[in-house]
Amino acid sequence: MTRSGAGRWRSRIATALLLLPAAAWYALLLLVPLVILIVFSFGGRAPEGGYLPDFTFANYQALPTRSTAFLNALWMATGGTILCLLVGFPLAYYLATRAGSQRTLLLVLVVVPFWTSFLIRTYAWLTILGNNGIPAWLESLGFGHVVLLNTPFAVLLGIVYNYLPLMVFPLYVSLERLDKRLLEASKDLGAGRWATFRQVTLPLCSAGLLSGVILVFIPIMGEYIIPALLGGGKVFFIGNALVDLFLQSRDWPLGSAAAIGLIVIILTAVTVYLRVGSRGGQTREISLL
Amino acid sequence: MTGSSSPPRRAVDRAGKWVDRGFRFQAAALYLFLYVPIGLVVLFSFNAGDRTGELRGLSVRWYQRALDDPFAMGALQNSLVVGAWTSVIATTFGTLAALALQRIPRSVRAVFDAITYVAIIIPGIVIGIATLIFFVNAFGWINPQLAAIWAAAGLGAAPKIGTGLHTIVAAHVLFTMAIVTVLVRARLAGMDRSLTEASFDLFASPFRTFVQVTLPQLRPAIVTGALLAFTFSFDDYVIASFVAGPGKPTLPMYVFSSIRRGITPEINAIAAMVLTVTVTLLIGVSLIYRRSSRVAAAQRAAELADAEVTEP
Repeated sequence: MTRSGAGRWRSRIATALLLLPAAAWYALLLLVPLVILIVFSFGGRAPEGGYLPDFTFANYQALPTRSTAFLNALWMATGGTILCLLVGFPLAYYLATRAGSQRTLLLVLVVVPFWTSFLIRTYAWLTILGNNGIPAWLESLGFGHVVLLNTPFAVLLGIVYNYLPLMVFPLYVSLERLDKRLLEASKDLGAGRWATFRQVTLPLCSAGLLSGVILVFIPIMGEYIIPALLGGGKVFFIGNALVDLFLQSRDWPLGSAAAIGLIVIILTAVTVYLRVGSRGGQTREISLL
Repeated sequence: MTGSSSPPRRAVDRAGKWVDRGFRFQAAALYLFLYVPIGLVVLFSFNAGDRTGELRGLSVRWYQRALDDPFAMGALQNSLVVGAWTSVIATTFGTLAALALQRIPRSVRAVFDAITYVAIIIPGIVIGIATLIFFVNAFGWINPQLAAIWAAAGLGAAPKIGTGLHTIVAAHVLFTMAIVTVLVRARLAGMDRSLTEASFDLFASPFRTFVQVTLPQLRPAIVTGALLAFTFSFDDYVIASFVAGPGKPTLPMYVFSSIRRGITPEINAIAAMVLTVTVTLLIGVSLIYRRSSRVAAAQRAAELADAEVTEP
């Protein structure tokens, strides 16, 4: 196909125009602010709050004062991801291999909560875990006074409840694609259930497993609502520290340093994911639905 | 041979039955876990009493109360406006970007893809902070300029640009647009190129090819993207709490601050209404989908039959 130079230029300009709105949006609202965030993180705090031009590492040196938030987020994101995996895997396996004719309906029932309000799903537990809920019930059974709300347990429960669909879906997709004949072959070759699971099923669905882990881990790291509602200020994450630093105490430089810390953790997780994913030689996928 | 192998085989089958029951029990327990809390919210929204936790007869008075509450309804309206604008802008620009990405050099595309994924994976809290920083700086620069221009023109007090619903939309578009781009790109990758080529061979203009061939094939991705954009926007609390203007809260902001003051059945009623609308919308869209895909399948079958008949 021969095209005139003018035609090619017109086509290039058309492409650039198509890309322009998205590019402008990313540049102005994401890239420039991230650069500003880095600059701020080396700056000083103005007396009335906000930012004062400076170059200092003081904010990063002050980060350990917020280490509780970082450690809480890290261990609960890890624990929550493992719990989602332990709870979600059998369900995904059941849906993919044994659910039969009800499979579509059951799958839809897993996805529906994901489309409903996150805030409502979290706050639903407030009543259940609150003093009129399960604790009152346990007390009437003679278990004594039990506190469930505002504990790490409540936050972990909220995490599993909210993020379970995100774990089940990629797992289901990879298990559903799995060639069932391989399982039969493994059985015919004398492997037991556990051996088949460990040596055939698990390796073949590792791509879905990795997607599920990363899809759950990253948003939990940046979680704000669950610790705010179910942790009640006693169990708080980086997100809660950031809201405090930016909106309440208005210490923007320290807040910027904490935000950079969160971004670094997340980018590290993504890098590990990409490395592990490509080493397995399997197709990577990020499935949103 | 058969005699010796049949007893252990039966034993395995029995174990299989128990494994099956175990899976079923676990699945049932999980569905209860997923739906009981939501069900309780709906149940307590019909509470005749004043407190959540103890049910004292059924009534719809909290729904009445919620619908008469000007703050709740104002917040609902704000959320609908923000969600609709976010959905329209994100779907348009996200789709345009996906179409353009097909036609640019690989190196540029890799950079753009990386930025798109960053926009998706970055937590809402960071998006809230980043957009807040942008708006504070932008308004700090624009407002004095406006004031200078207005003063020079002798128009009196200049309009001041500040945060509001528009800033929430801008922040929501940032990540929902990226989601639309990813969905549409996935669809484009799986698209049948021969149809586009056939359209060109039949002398259709690029625009006509796009409207009549490309767009219908992209429709599922675009509809899903638009729905996701609306849902995420309608549901978002964190980002909105950073960039919302004074006195213009979204529904999640209203609900969140109400919860902080204590749970009332009125909040349960609002939650139940939101849930009902969401689920109804979902069912509606999936029905439309199913019907359109069935119609398309029937059409294709008819065309195939037609082709076979006309062929000698």
